[in-house]
Amino acid sequence: MTDLTALTIAEASNALKKRAFSARELTDAYLAAIEGANGDLNAYVAVTPDKARAMAEASDLRLARNEGRALEGIPLGIKDLFATEGVHTQACSHILHGFLPRYESTVTSNLWRDGAVMLGKLNMDEFAMGSSNETSWYGPVKNPWRAHGSNLDLVPGGSSGGSAAAVAARLCAGATATDTGGSIRQPAAFTGTVGIKPTYGRCSRWGIVAFASSLDQAGPIARDVRDAAILLKSMASSDEKDTTSADLAVPDYEAALGKSVKGMKIGIPREYRVEGMPDEIEALWQKGIAWLRDAGAEIDEISLPHTKYALPAYYIVAPAEASSNLARYDGVRYGLRVPGRDIIDMYEKTRAAGFGREVKRRVMIGTYVLSAGYYDAYYLKAQKVRTLIKRDFERVFADGVSAILTPATPSAAFGIADQDMAADPVKMYLNDIFTVTVNMAGLPGIAVPAGLDGRGLPLGLQLIGRPFEEETLFQTAHVIEQAAGRFSPERWW
Amino acid sequence: MSVDIHTVKRVAHLARIALDDDDADRMAGELNTILGFVQQLDEVDVAGVEPMTSVAPMKLKMRQDAVTDGGKAMDIVANAPATDENFFLVPKVVE
Repeated sequence: MTDLTALTIAEASNALKKRAFSARELTDAYLAAIEGANGDLNAYVAVTPDKARAMAEASDLRLARNEGRALEGIPLGIKDLFATEGVHTQACSHILHGFLPRYESTVTSNLWRDGAVMLGKLNMDEFAMGSSNETSWYGPVKNPWRAHGSNLDLVPGGSSGGSAAAVAARLCAGATATDTGGSIRQPAAFTGTVGIKPTYGRCSRWGIVAFASSLDQAGPIARDVRDAAILLKSMASSDEKDTTSADLAVPDYEAALGKSVKGMKIGIPREYRVEGMPDEIEALWQKGIAWLRDAGAEIDEISLPHTKYALPAYYIVAPAEASSNLARYDGVRYGLRVPGRDIIDMYEKTRAAGFGREVKRRVMIGTYVLSAGYYDAYYLKAQKVRTLIKRDFERVFADGVSAILTPATPSAAFGIADQDMAADPVKMYLNDIFTVTVNMAGLPGIAVPAGLDGRGLPLGLQLIGRPFEEETLFQTAHVIEQAAGRFSPERWW
Repeated sequence: MSVDIHTVKRVAHLARIALDDDDADRMAGELNTILGFVQQLDEVDVAGVEPMTSVAPMKLKMRQDAVTDGGKAMDIVANAPATDENFFLVPKVVE
């Protein structure tokens, strides 16, 4: 029998329906792959073999009755940010030590409702704060990709580094992820996988550990565009438990694949040509433009003049919201408690021991920019800049642009424990320079692999769409995928 | 604007994070780097611009003023470090 973990979700679903193999066999193949690889890659922080096998066996009963649902028997990995009932949920932070939720997030409930199987919880940057998966309490994830002739360990990106690495290394058929400033798209680009951050409000945030509530969105990371479309259809919903979730029917995203992009206007923003960007990224971008033009799309140079201010505004808005959201970790209701001489001392010691350096930094920045006397200068100003960023996009969409093509990241994956990034937090933040605008404006964005650099590392392109027009992104990303092909790492682990 | 150790310690106390002098010193450097980076926003003219309050053009939903959940005291305290009969236990705050 062929290696079952090599199949995409679409392929595995077809084979399961034809009983070419059982859901139990598929799940066992993934559990064996995790067993063989996780010691090296550290993609999973908790594996749930008993639960996985029980869910797979339930799927086999359904399949035997021809009652298989959209994701029947498909084994998935879940980012540690999603609350999963009775299963390890810590946002990869020490402060949530031992936390076992008594409820299930809406997004994961939707996946189980459609028959998916849970393999376990995936590593991530602590509270989704990071671009390299190095801020996790559980240690860094290794990227399954290495440069030609090198055995240097690379980061998988972040914060959804475990999700991206697990999908690329075939340790799950697909994964859930979340994106506050680029945390789905940057790791997807670093691992040769497809990741989509849908429009703000498309997926319910209920049961997802909150980082920055006006920016956070869930989405899938998958092997290809079709699988991403299949997963998003299940993950997305309108949810009474999240008042910001959109009251819109979820379309059949997969149906958008294969539709022609002839005559579609694609915008190329000149502000995304940043100083110091490697030639290979520029060349990849040009290749993407050529593929879409060859497919009949109309290519228009556009301007998004406030692009460069998105990242600084983000580093006010996101920490401000985080400082408020993370106030709940106080050693009283869940997780870690470090005793103190009084209640304030207990709070301060608990938070000092429970939060890692990056999280403390952001909570401190957020507390500072919201503190008396600084609110107008920082937070209010950043929210005004955010309005301007959104207007930039609205203007080009009003001019008839259907999607915007940009590079996904300013570089390929970098080394674990990179000295430059460790010395200067802003260097790490610059990873999100092309992705963060999308969160600030609440728009959908997809990262799709488009080629390899000279060292053999994957590079991705990003497509940005109009609100709730994810179908256009799947349709266009599929054209790029058809032209670029798919990319898998060579196994070294 | 740049922050000194005194400010860092004040903010740390507001954020309820214990910091020793070494931590505070290092944190001051890091915060100043970040605040220096966000200073770029001073270049932007925001006169007459409304601050964003909702990223999506939608009305915040209302729901029926009805009890829809509850009776879960055991679930709520299940993860607490210290409890007594469905109450959270904390160090004494009132003499």
